[in-house]
Amino acid sequence: MAKVPEASSERPAWIRRWAQENARVLFATLGRLCREPVSTLLTAAVIGITLALPAALHVLAQNVSAISYSWEGTLQASLFLKDSVSPERGRELVQSLQGRPGIARASYISREQSLVEFRELSGFGEALDLLTDNPLPAVIVVTPQRELAQAQVSRLIDELARLPEVEVAKLDQKWLERLYAILAIIQRAVLIISALLALAVVVTVGNTIRLDIENRRDEIIVMKLIGAPDGFIRRPFMYTGVWYGVFGGLIAWLLVNLALKALAGPARNLAGLYESSFKLSSLSWEAGFIMLGAGVVLGGLGSAWTVGRHLSRYEPG
Amino acid sequence: MTDIVHFHNVSHRYGDSGAASLTDVTFRIERGEMAFITGASGAGKSTLLRLVALLARPARGQVVVNGVNLATVPRRKIPEFRQQIGIIFQNFNLLNDRTVHDNVALPLVIRGFHHDAIGRRVRAALDSVGLLGKERLLPLMLSGGEQQRVGIARAIVTKPTLLIADEPTGNLDPKMAREVMQVFERFNKVGVSVLVATHAIDLIKQMPHRLIHLHGGRIRDDEPMGFTRPGAPAGG
Repeated sequence: MAKVPEASSERPAWIRRWAQENARVLFATLGRLCREPVSTLLTAAVIGITLALPAALHVLAQNVSAISYSWEGTLQASLFLKDSVSPERGRELVQSLQGRPGIARASYISREQSLVEFRELSGFGEALDLLTDNPLPAVIVVTPQRELAQAQVSRLIDELARLPEVEVAKLDQKWLERLYAILAIIQRAVLIISALLALAVVVTVGNTIRLDIENRRDEIIVMKLIGAPDGFIRRPFMYTGVWYGVFGGLIAWLLVNLALKALAGPARNLAGLYESSFKLSSLSWEAGFIMLGAGVVLGGLGSAWTVGRHLSRYEPG
Repeated sequence: MTDIVHFHNVSHRYGDSGAASLTDVTFRIERGEMAFITGASGAGKSTLLRLVALLARPARGQVVVNGVNLATVPRRKIPEFRQQIGIIFQNFNLLNDRTVHDNVALPLVIRGFHHDAIGRRVRAALDSVGLLGKERLLPLMLSGGEQQRVGIARAIVTKPTLLIADEPTGNLDPKMAREVMQVFERFNKVGVSVLVATHAIDLIKQMPHRLIHLHGGRIRDDEPMGFTRPGAPAGG
C-alpha cells in the first residue's frame, strides 16, 4: 500500500523508535503498577516469598557446609603402632611424618600415656589395676592438612596404614561422611524446590498477566483495530511481568536478610555453647543479584508464556 | 483517477459454512471520493467495511485498497496496512481510562512518532474536529457527539488517504449526527477518500455524495454523486 510520506523530523529511525518505545513502556508499566500499590505489592509478595524459600534453604545449606568444613579441620587419624615398635622408633616416625606432604601435625602418645589417659577418661581404673600388662598400643595422632579433599585424606590414611610400624590406621570420619551425604541431599532438595518454586513464580506471574489481559481485552481490540502490531501490544504485559520479578526479587532479598538477622543471635549463642566462633553467613551480594535476576527472568518468562497464549484470542471483527 | 477501493465479484460468508453476507459485489471508489453504503441491518454494510479494513477476508473475489490486493497481505503485515487507513466505529472504541489527547495520540505512538510531533498533530487533529481545549478530559466526560469526534480525530491524526466509518452516527442524536457528517465532508474536501456505512437515510439524502445501496448482500442501487434523491433540496 502506498504510504503517506512522513518527515523524518516527525518519526525517528527504527532503532531510536525501538529504544524510545521500550523506555516509554518500561516507565509507563512501572507507573501503572505504582497506581495500584496494594495488588502490586500482594503479587510481588507472593513472588518474593516463593523466591525467598529456596534462597533461604541455599543459605542454610551454605552455613551447614561451612560448619562441617570447620569440623573437617579438626579431623584426626590414629595410627596404632605394633607392640614391637620402640618409643624411640615411634618418635622418629613422628618426625618423618611431620615433613610428609598432606600432614599438618603428628604427635606421639606412648603406651604409658595412653594408659593414663584411658584410666582418667574411661572410669575403668580399678579394672586396669587387675591387669598385669599394659594392653594399650602406642599411637601416633595425625592431623591431615585442611586443604585436602575427602578422597585425598582417605588415600593418605591408606598409605599410612601400609607403614611397617603401623598395626591399624583409623580415621573417624564416618559421621562426617554421613553429614556430607545429608548435605548432598539438602543441596539436591534445594535444587528441586528451586525448580518447583521457579515454576510457581512463572505460573503466578502468568496468571496475574492473564487477568490483566482479560481486564484490558477492549483496549487490546482497539489497539489491533487501529494497527498496533503484536509487539506493541505485548510489550506492556512483558514489562509488567519483569517488574513483578524485580519487586519479588527485592522482597525475597529483604526477607532472607531479615530471617538471617533474626537467626544470627541464636546461632551465635549455640556456637558459643560449642566454644566455636561460627557466625551465620548472610546472603552475598552475588547471590542477591542472582535472586533478583532470577525474579526478572521468571517474571519475563511468566508473562511471555501467558501473552503468547492469550493475546491472539482477542481479535477485532 | 485511480481507485482507492475496488471490489471485484466479492462474496463473503459468516463462518466457514454460514449464510452469505455479500454476494458478487463489484464497485470502485475513486481517490478523493466520498460514498455512503446504505441498507437495512444484515444487508452487508459492516461486512463490506470489514473487508476493506482487513478485519475479514472474502470467500471469493478480489478486494484492492489503494492499489494493494488484500489477498496478498500476510497476517503479520495487517497492522501496517491498518495504519494506512482511518477507521471510525459506531461505539467510538475509545480507551476510557486515557485522556482525549492520549486516545488521539495512540496511532502516532504506535508508529513511533517524536513526542513533539505527536503533540503538534494531536492538537491539529482536535482542532479540525472542534475539540481543541478538551485534550485533558476523559472520554466519558464528553457527549456522544464529542466522543465520536475524538474517534474521528484519532482516525485522521496519521493523515490517512482513506477514512472508513461504520455507522458513525448510530449512537448520536440528529444534531450531533449532522455535525459528524459535516466533519467527514470537510476531510473529503481536502482530498481524503471517505466511505461511510450508515442506515441513516434521512441524514444522507440531503448530501450530494455517491450512495451504494445494499440489499441481501448484493448491490441494489449505485447512485452517483450529484444524483437528485427524492426529498433532497433542489440543486443539492
